[in-house]
Amino acid sequence: MSGLVEKSSFGGLRKPLLMPAWVMIGFFLIIPVLTMLVYSFLTKEFRGGVIWEFSLAAYDQFFFDRGLFGDEPPKIEWTYINIFWRSIVQAFVATIICLVIGFPTAYFIATRSANTRNIWLFLITVPYWVNLLIRTVSMKFLIRDSGPLNHWLMQAGFIDSPIHLINTNFAVQLGLFYSYLPFMVLPIYASVERYNFSLSEASADLYAGRWTTLRRIVLPAVKPGIIAGCILVFVPSLGAFLAPDLLGGAKNFMIGTLIEEQFKGASGNWPFGAAASMLLLSLVLVVLLFYARSQSKQALHH
Amino acid sequence: MKTIFKTTALAVALGLGSAAAHAEGSLSIYHWFEYIPQDLLDKFAKEHDVEVTMDTYDSNESLLASLKAGKMGSYDVAVPSDYMVEILSNDGMLDTIADGELANIGNIEDKWMDVAFDAGRKHSIPYQWGSTSFSVNRDVYKGDIGSLAMMFDPPADLSGKINVLDSSGEVLGLASIYLGIPQCTTDRDQLKALNKLVLEAKPHWASFNSDGAKDVLVSGDAAAGMIWNGFGAKARGELASLEYSYPKEGYIVWMDNVVLLKDAPNRANALKFMDFLLEPENIAAVTNFAQYTAGVKGVNALLDESLKTSPENNPPADAPAGTFVQVCDEPTQKLYEQIWTNVKK
Repeated sequence: MSGLVEKSSFGGLRKPLLMPAWVMIGFFLIIPVLTMLVYSFLTKEFRGGVIWEFSLAAYDQFFFDRGLFGDEPPKIEWTYINIFWRSIVQAFVATIICLVIGFPTAYFIATRSANTRNIWLFLITVPYWVNLLIRTVSMKFLIRDSGPLNHWLMQAGFIDSPIHLINTNFAVQLGLFYSYLPFMVLPIYASVERYNFSLSEASADLYAGRWTTLRRIVLPAVKPGIIAGCILVFVPSLGAFLAPDLLGGAKNFMIGTLIEEQFKGASGNWPFGAAASMLLLSLVLVVLLFYARSQSKQALHH
Repeated sequence: MKTIFKTTALAVALGLGSAAAHAEGSLSIYHWFEYIPQDLLDKFAKEHDVEVTMDTYDSNESLLASLKAGKMGSYDVAVPSDYMVEILSNDGMLDTIADGELANIGNIEDKWMDVAFDAGRKHSIPYQWGSTSFSVNRDVYKGDIGSLAMMFDPPADLSGKINVLDSSGEVLGLASIYLGIPQCTTDRDQLKALNKLVLEAKPHWASFNSDGAKDVLVSGDAAAGMIWNGFGAKARGELASLEYSYPKEGYIVWMDNVVLLKDAPNRANALKFMDFLLEPENIAAVTNFAQYTAGVKGVNALLDESLKTSPENNPPADAPAGTFVQVCDEPTQKLYEQIWTNVKK
């Protein structure tokens, strides 16, 4: 009923009122993505730029290896697939760390009294008022061999020589975890807050242990928040390039740095950068589609 | 890092903007990070009543990329290195300075007047020149450092503690010098040897970092690292145990140049700025700040005492001559790109 009322009350204004949304989607989503899609099928110009001729060279370079001099029979090119795989692993580990730390944090906050919750949430978001770059650089200062973390651990007598963290994969995962933790905490918090705690009590009354209650009652109820949090951490981690650059020492390309190199590096291969971006986008879309399908299946069950 | 510099540049630009809100004209500079003293920009703004804005970049390639991606026409001058002057000029991105347009052109040192990358100085004037080699922390390694082997086949003390510049041109250039092969070779055996050398050297390298090349040495994250001589002098200023090397195999020499960009919105002010930078007094201020070497007559007397005698700016008598980076043609460049991808894959 209410839907009908809304429709008639805005009447002919519907289309103009929707314009901002369409302009937004068009300008910031459709046009840039289409530009990249078109560029990925163009011929590369030497040292950056494109020539307006159709070419599959970018995708060919991504998937086929013709040797250093380009005259060997084509084999499958593992270089770029490995770079993608490396990024996926890094992003996955970062997501797991975020989940392991983020879930108890969100649960803790959601179970405080109503007026202290806001203070906790505020505290979670405070570091994120600072630019991501500054936070990543600070992390670098903190964990370097001669940095405060190692200094403190040595002073306290836990270790004899500095733990070597900087320029390792673990440092990258730590950086990604630190960058995206609130994206995990906030959606989970929202789910846990809505969770009806009398269900936990009912479960306890029926002789379920704490672990069983968590596993069979709490987790299924807050699952949408966990999945949303995982996606929000995983997807930006995939394309991240600050953490790999600053904390990982830029030793190996990640998806983000590989694409950056095509536009800003000596190679200047724009179509290849565009093609790698399109493949990254496709990968992310597949992940999201799986999520959407599992959600709609769930909706059917209910 | 890059973004930090951009942000500071923006802040600087905003600050200048408010100070000179009623200026007659404006000048838009596209420059390297940390490469010109703010006082000097203020001085120019005041002398010519011009509002100066500056954006910064961190590599010649990113300068080229942003000019190609639509920034032509928004900057008046930029400061590319030698080989990039040639590339920009070949791509028609530079404006020509007509005879007589620069009053101070006679101040350019004779040896920098007729250079291979810009014959007759039609598009550019010298800014600073220097060398690319490496510095070693002498507390960590006390042996002889006069060879590029420190980077490509390092002693055990330095293995795993080396920072290399995050730029294919400089790393593969130095590697070619170490192997004694030409920079734009098409010889398959030479290219395979180059590929093998850098792949085998990589496990010894801790990080790839250009704009942090000084910071990683000073902080101790790296015990040795490729660096430009002036940046190396600054690093030594912060950590005395660092020593810059002029290796026996050779090293890269470069010159950064102020170029007049095509479609410059404030062409007249750009020429004024170039004339300004050809005054010994002004370019000496840049040299004292950046600690490289100017290409203008009459600068030496105006330099800081420490700079006149610094080991970074005064190669030992037996040091070989440096080599400029060469511009390869497209098929050759592709091979070098492939090798660089192999290094970083």
